[in-house]
Amino acid sequence: MSQSEPYLKIGNLTKRFGDFTALSDVTLAVFEGEFVCFLGPSGCGKTTLLRAIAGLDIQTYGTVDQAGRDVSSLPPAERDFGIVFQSYALFPNLTIEKNIAYGLENLKQPASKIRDRVAELLQLVGMPEQGKKYPAQLSGGQQQRVALARAIAISPGLLLLDEPLSALDAKVRVKLRHEIKELQRKLGITTIMVTHDQEEALTMADRIVVINNGLIEQVGTPEQIYREPATRFVADFIGSMNFLPATKVSKNKVRIGQLEFSCSDAAGSAEITPDQPVHAAIRPEDILVGDASSNYIDATVDSIEFLGSFVRADLSSPQLDGLILLADFSANRVRSENLSAGSHIRISLPAESLLIYAE
Amino acid sequence: MLVFMGVIACYLVVALALPLYAILSKSFKNNDGEFVGLANYLEYFNTPSLTYSIQNSLTISIITTLISVTIAFTLAYGLSRSCMRLKGLFKIIALVPILVPSLLPGIALVYLFGRQGLIKELLFGHDIYGPIGIVISEVFFTLPHALIIIMTALSIADARLYEAAQSLNAGKVKTFFTVTLPGARYGLISAGFVVFTLTITDFGAPKVIGGDFNVLATDIYKQVIGQQNFEMGAVVSLILLLPAGVAFTVDRIMQRKQVALLSARAVAYEPKPSTSFDWIMFSWATIVSIFILTILGTCQYAALIKFYPYDLTLSLKNYQFDLMDGGGWESFYNSLELACWTAVIGTVLVFLGAYMVEKGKGFHLGRSLFQFLAMLPMAVPGLVLGLAYIFFFNSPNNPLNFLYHTMAILVISTVTHFYTVAHLTAVTALKQMDPEFESVASSLKTPFYRTFTRITVPVCLPAILDISIYLFVNAMTTVSAVVFLYGPHTSLASVAVLNMDDAGDIAPAAAMGMMIFYTNASVRILHGLLSRGVLRKTQSWRSR
Repeated sequence: MSQSEPYLKIGNLTKRFGDFTALSDVTLAVFEGEFVCFLGPSGCGKTTLLRAIAGLDIQTYGTVDQAGRDVSSLPPAERDFGIVFQSYALFPNLTIEKNIAYGLENLKQPASKIRDRVAELLQLVGMPEQGKKYPAQLSGGQQQRVALARAIAISPGLLLLDEPLSALDAKVRVKLRHEIKELQRKLGITTIMVTHDQEEALTMADRIVVINNGLIEQVGTPEQIYREPATRFVADFIGSMNFLPATKVSKNKVRIGQLEFSCSDAAGSAEITPDQPVHAAIRPEDILVGDASSNYIDATVDSIEFLGSFVRADLSSPQLDGLILLADFSANRVRSENLSAGSHIRISLPAESLLIYAE
Repeated sequence: MLVFMGVIACYLVVALALPLYAILSKSFKNNDGEFVGLANYLEYFNTPSLTYSIQNSLTISIITTLISVTIAFTLAYGLSRSCMRLKGLFKIIALVPILVPSLLPGIALVYLFGRQGLIKELLFGHDIYGPIGIVISEVFFTLPHALIIIMTALSIADARLYEAAQSLNAGKVKTFFTVTLPGARYGLISAGFVVFTLTITDFGAPKVIGGDFNVLATDIYKQVIGQQNFEMGAVVSLILLLPAGVAFTVDRIMQRKQVALLSARAVAYEPKPSTSFDWIMFSWATIVSIFILTILGTCQYAALIKFYPYDLTLSLKNYQFDLMDGGGWESFYNSLELACWTAVIGTVLVFLGAYMVEKGKGFHLGRSLFQFLAMLPMAVPGLVLGLAYIFFFNSPNNPLNFLYHTMAILVISTVTHFYTVAHLTAVTALKQMDPEFESVASSLKTPFYRTFTRITVPVCLPAILDISIYLFVNAMTTVSAVVFLYGPHTSLASVAVLNMDDAGDIAPAAAMGMMIFYTNASVRILHGLLSRGVLRKTQSWRSR
């Protein structure tokens, strides 16, 4: 990632619809060639932010700078972006070729040049033979590819994707995820994608911006977002997480039930004062069988749920005052340890995976 | 874009709001233009011969509503819920009355049940001139309107509700009262109000067959044309505006609720054959069709025979309109001209207006005001609009006064009179388009007018064609607004029917009425062929 000036700068952006504040004071920088995902639950403001960047819904306050130019109050036509919507918004009365050529025709290029460019784009999205068809004759995935080709036809500096995969079947979605990412890498085009699907964000993005209630919760690489969620919301929203009521004892020490555990001091827990009630958090897959770390307890398997490649177990322990822990064990492990409902096992909660959040 | 919207808004203000204000203020003035407060209203309510019409109008309208909606519902039920044969034919026949002026059924009734009527014995001595004749004419005239609304309401039924009723062992009758009727209730109420409004504001039928039975609509005509008492005409107009306005408002609310009933997940209901039920419905549809065809056939018969009842040989003598008063063939050509202009100008105006309202951004107050103005014409009876135009455009102080008695004012009044339905058709079509088309186009740096001509218009072409045919047909048949506005050289076919009937030339009136029918029927067929051709060419994307 470049250390130079960011390509896109959003400064203190606020958007209100009447009394409702959809975005409040959002500041963000996106670098050239980056793939950034806006991730959050529906209604969190991620689409509003995308539309403000596009100029489709101008913000109430704040600035948008693109490639060193202040575009804050410019209409969409005077900005430099291509956009793909969830509905694709392909023009139903134009053929695929005409759809892709739609923006090119404004550039006053000779017809032969437009034809070549359209053919090139069709090739690029893997549909060289389909140019004469109408959108209604294509499958959802194909329509999605055409919408993408149309958006990048005029070689915009910025590509905006508004939930582009939500309307597709699960299998097609996974395939297209990969294709879009490949295409983006090949073209090196700065891309922002809005999604509510964390898997999509984690697999595609260089950086993820997690948004909730109109506020940015965390900006980071997929790894950072998953491993070190900055807030309780992020920890809860991404992946699954056990939350246990606890009390902070000192730096790196937390008491859950009757036991004290070592814990990570990441995720801003340093600011939490001792004796403050907190939530201790650990992902189910980070719970290990055996006493590999000093943070171990003895637990009973209450029930087991078979989920294919792994098994999710409900664990309880008298030492934890009846709290339930969810743990994911690999299917192999379950077989070798001969785990079943009622088994007594020793589990450990590795300190680096045990996070704490203020209540 | 704002400029366009401003122009169309100005049109609606000049062609609708200002004339309505003119008629309102006129009702508070005396003959010399001085303000007299409620004096005209007091005079009106102290003249029993005038107030009696209120009761007459209400009675006629309520009876017509009950009969018309009952027939329309039973027919629509047969068309959508039975497996009877010839459904397509029955539907076409039931929609025929839309193509003729409301004067025509009255003329047919004169031939059937008049003093020398063909089958007057069927009335057992009752007089066809009066309430009976008006009600029969109005039922004929309003049936297609009610049928369209109720058909729509019945066609959106969810088959799963019927399956659920069946699985719960509900009988046919119980299912009808618990599923069918509640599902169609908004459609029924809406149809009722539409029929009521059409009847209370219609002037053609009571004029031809009403005899001495006065109603509000004919009172306006008599006050203005007969007695030149414009102020009293304005008072009656405003009284007529009241029930029409209420009915219109209730109807809009019902329509909105009907739409809310539509669920995207509904499964279409497929009727199953049932010999007895299908035969009952078939017989009923046949009876209704015979009623409609008899009215139309009688007019055709009347137009073709030499001199009823003395010389029954066939001839085209009655089509020699130039030999009669009423404007002659010129009035027919004028009507064609009016219909063409109305269709072309009206469609452009309505579609652009709807586009501005739907796709415009910001400027919310302006857009809601525009929407209100676009809905208003539906609540204003044609006669009231026509009279309002006299007051507004004929005023010597009005710079637009040169329009009076020209073709232009006829076009303006007709476009305005039928604006609402056309506007709603356009808005519905525009709403069905992906709202992101404009966003994509602007990201591709395409100016809005290019997207309008290349995407919006082609995608909405079926609706645009529907609007133009709607405006054409209504311009051919309308009498109410234009009857006050035509000049010596701009008489119209529908007005000629009225005037020839008034002068006792009933056979030529029937002949002219049939000319309107031939024109509308051929234009309708032509429109059908044309739309099929155009659709095949431009809408090939619709089929997979």
